[in-house]
Amino acid sequence: MNLLKAEKVSKVFGGLKAVSNFDMHIEKGELIGLIGPNGAGKTTAFNLLTGVYQPTTGVIEFDGKSVVGLKPFQITQGGIARTFQNIRLFSELSVLDNVKIAYHSHVEYGLAEAVLRVGRYFREEDEIEQKAIDFLKIFKLEHKKDEIAKNLPYGEQRRLEIARALAAKPKLLLLDEPAAGMNPQETQALMEMISWIRKEFGLTILLIEHDMNLVMGICERIYVLEYGSIIAHGTPNEIKNNPQVIKAYLGEEVE
Amino acid sequence: MRAITKKDLKIVGACVVLYAIIEALLQMNVIGSFWELNLILIAINIIMSVSLNLINGYTGQFSLGHAGFMAIGAYASAIITVKFHLPFLLAIIVGALGAGLLGFLIGLPTLRLNGDYLAIATLGLGEIIRITILNIPYVGGASGFMGIPRYTNFTWAFFVCLFTLFFIKNLVNSSHGRACISIRENEIAAEAMGIDTTRYKVIAFTIGAAFAGVAGALFAHYFYIAHPASFTFMMSFNYLTMVVMGGLGSITGSVVGAVILTFVSAALASWPEWRMIVYSIVLILLMLYRPQGLFGNVELTSLSIFKRFKGGSK
Repeated sequence: MNLLKAEKVSKVFGGLKAVSNFDMHIEKGELIGLIGPNGAGKTTAFNLLTGVYQPTTGVIEFDGKSVVGLKPFQITQGGIARTFQNIRLFSELSVLDNVKIAYHSHVEYGLAEAVLRVGRYFREEDEIEQKAIDFLKIFKLEHKKDEIAKNLPYGEQRRLEIARALAAKPKLLLLDEPAAGMNPQETQALMEMISWIRKEFGLTILLIEHDMNLVMGICERIYVLEYGSIIAHGTPNEIKNNPQVIKAYLGEEVE
Repeated sequence: MRAITKKDLKIVGACVVLYAIIEALLQMNVIGSFWELNLILIAINIIMSVSLNLINGYTGQFSLGHAGFMAIGAYASAIITVKFHLPFLLAIIVGALGAGLLGFLIGLPTLRLNGDYLAIATLGLGEIIRITILNIPYVGGASGFMGIPRYTNFTWAFFVCLFTLFFIKNLVNSSHGRACISIRENEIAAEAMGIDTTRYKVIAFTIGAAFAGVAGALFAHYFYIAHPASFTFMMSFNYLTMVVMGGLGSITGSVVGAVILTFVSAALASWPEWRMIVYSIVLILLMLYRPQGLFGNVELTSLSIFKRFKGGSK
């Protein structure tokens, strides 16, 4: 069964068709890339999948259930977590608190227990703290757990955002340009980390990326988006040799 | 026993000592009735500013109608004691529930607004509450609700204030509190992390309003009267000034802000026209030299040097 299924999804802003006839099928455990020239509608597609935008037409199903009409927080609770192209951390909070917040929807103690500090409060708070630190260890950030998030270097902010998304315990992780602004070494390390967390947590990952080395290197299948429509999809090798993709990226040959 | 519980007990202990000292001084008439009034006002103002801080500072929703909820608490509690002759504690609880319920009902639609729009909506709502009360003859209308017994004394004010501080402190240090703070930090990211932002905004607003109601109940039962003119938007600004001065997102800050501004207005009691001028100057200086407020978002207890003096600021 498909973990994520999007069929004939379109999104219209006024007179602009940002996404049209967007089709995508993701199986459990896959690592999929979504590429396309600037302004092709990749981030709009992400926003549609995560409920930030509602599709004008079409079907989006996750784990067999329709997610159309759900709010972003409900979709996250359902098992899709994401990162943002322009990093959106809780910038004035500590690195540890950033991760702890993502754990919130799995907290069971209620308001009264929190205020009176009885019942499950202490046990769960300890558990959250421990789990958050574990996530930070994976991303080599545990020595900076008390640092304010906005003071981290750029690459570490990117990693923290992924750590935070993972703490929400998703089944499907959407990464919006995770390697943007990273140097080749950092990108290489990130690629290894993405493959590793996917195995370790049994995740399915969909990522938007401009860095072709990263996409071709780790993705099993690639979807190519241009002018809001999927123009091609297939394995990295198929995509590399697809004339339509070459045309979209490099333009046509002069006769 | 856990370290945090121990720390809490120490703070409670220090506060009880502080209470005993002040109460003894009051009994021996070392502190006169003018300063007794101000001590009680400080406690009430702390409840107001800390509860407003939960809404404005922690959750980041700019509310300007806090005095309106205080009015609801004052009138609701006065009805319980004057019209039904029921005990004071019940009156405080009814005041809290009344203000909380109204906060909930008002919060649901208005918290969809952001920033300036929310500020204007809550400012208007505070005035609507006041003017509605002004036109209800059952509670005295424009002449105010008179004949309220004086139940509030320093003991009540002090311990209700202490309860409020612990309630809000424990709340913001829990996962629910972190959910509120995440809304302030980045609403889109909070939503993407699975936090029902509307729900937590309404929760913060409701709890904040309920404590304003508690403060209102204490207020009305100290001054024998609840008058609509006591709950104008100038009062809301007054509390906002305390919160901003102390630092948005710092409980200690709100306490210090409330203490300082209550003292300033007591000291300027003979020159009421100067009070607003001093307030404005204080705020302008603050904006210039310390825009994040006296404490920013830091708590006194997290500065280890001051740990043992925590009781000193109540």
